[in-house]
Amino acid sequence: MINSSDTSSQKKNSAVSLFFEGAKDTFPLVVGAIPFGIIFGALADTAGLSFGAAMGMSLFVFAGSSQFVAMGLAASGTPWPMIVVTTFVVNLRHLLYSATMMPFYKNLPHAWKMVLAFGLTDETFAVAVTRYGKHDGVTGKHYYNLGSMVFMYLNWNLCTLIGLTAGKTFPEISRWGLDFAMPATFIGIVIPYLVSKPMWAAVVTAGTVSILAHGLQHKLGLMAAALAGVMAGVVCEKLFSDKKKER
Amino acid sequence: MFGTGITLSEIYMVAGMALVTFGIRYILFPASGRMQFPKWFEKGLGYVPPAVLTAIIVPSVLMPDGKTIDLNLDNPYLIGAIAACIIGGVFKNLLLTIVLSMVVFLGAQWFFAAG
Repeated sequence: MINSSDTSSQKKNSAVSLFFEGAKDTFPLVVGAIPFGIIFGALADTAGLSFGAAMGMSLFVFAGSSQFVAMGLAASGTPWPMIVVTTFVVNLRHLLYSATMMPFYKNLPHAWKMVLAFGLTDETFAVAVTRYGKHDGVTGKHYYNLGSMVFMYLNWNLCTLIGLTAGKTFPEISRWGLDFAMPATFIGIVIPYLVSKPMWAAVVTAGTVSILAHGLQHKLGLMAAALAGVMAGVVCEKLFSDKKKER
Repeated sequence: MFGTGITLSEIYMVAGMALVTFGIRYILFPASGRMQFPKWFEKGLGYVPPAVLTAIIVPSVLMPDGKTIDLNLDNPYLIGAIAACIIGGVFKNLLLTIVLSMVVFLGAQWFFAAG
């Protein structure tokens, strides 16, 4: 975290080359986001979301997993305030990202901070924090960060548009089992998490409570299940670490 | 063509989502210095995405009509979900999991509709 702008070995990388370097390093993650963006757009109609609402989410919210969650909730008739609260909970992890980026952004002008904060997705955070962490004396890494986020943003919105267009062009797309695409996608996302006992505890608890608390009003069952799952994970992790504490 | 058919509550939803998401990503930056969260908070956040997603998956698979639990094996959502878990666990590939489990789901749906 040493600010190396005062070292004499400072390298002069141009803003443009840093911008494209950031975009290039984000390429694999951009490819990974393509199916998500298209599926998100294609499912919107089935979920009962308008074109404007789905496109608006990609344009202004720009947070893939929470957009899917919001769509799933909208499909089951959840009132909008509950969707906003759930979005808050799902995206709360981004607080850790901004906490990590604070020292890197601290000397940037205000407008830069706002732009980079808007684009602080999981992908761009992962790429940018690695670049910032390299003590190579290069200055202007915010251009690298910007290149990464612009590439992710354009791709995400283009893919959403493609999906929306496909959904509109082939309305029978919902008969191709697309109402199952959402649970299938979510299962595919959750499985890689299941590498530890606390994570299993969290997921099993959340699943059980989601059924038990399903009857609660305003879809509060979801919040209850998520909270119970998180608590189960934290408690279980604590139990395991206490067991092998003697270090 | 933007905005076609968007309803007022959808506008509130998108605006609210945009506001809270940007708020979370931005709120720390006007402050200077560093930020340390309590350990339990950081740990807890790691469990949020799988817990929330599971809490959405399970009812949508076990209660396809939104009211009654359907644990029968002629529930195509349940068949598809079991397939997704197996395929995902074996191949650890997201796209493959989605595509193959949808094929299983469609097959089950077709089979039970025909039978």
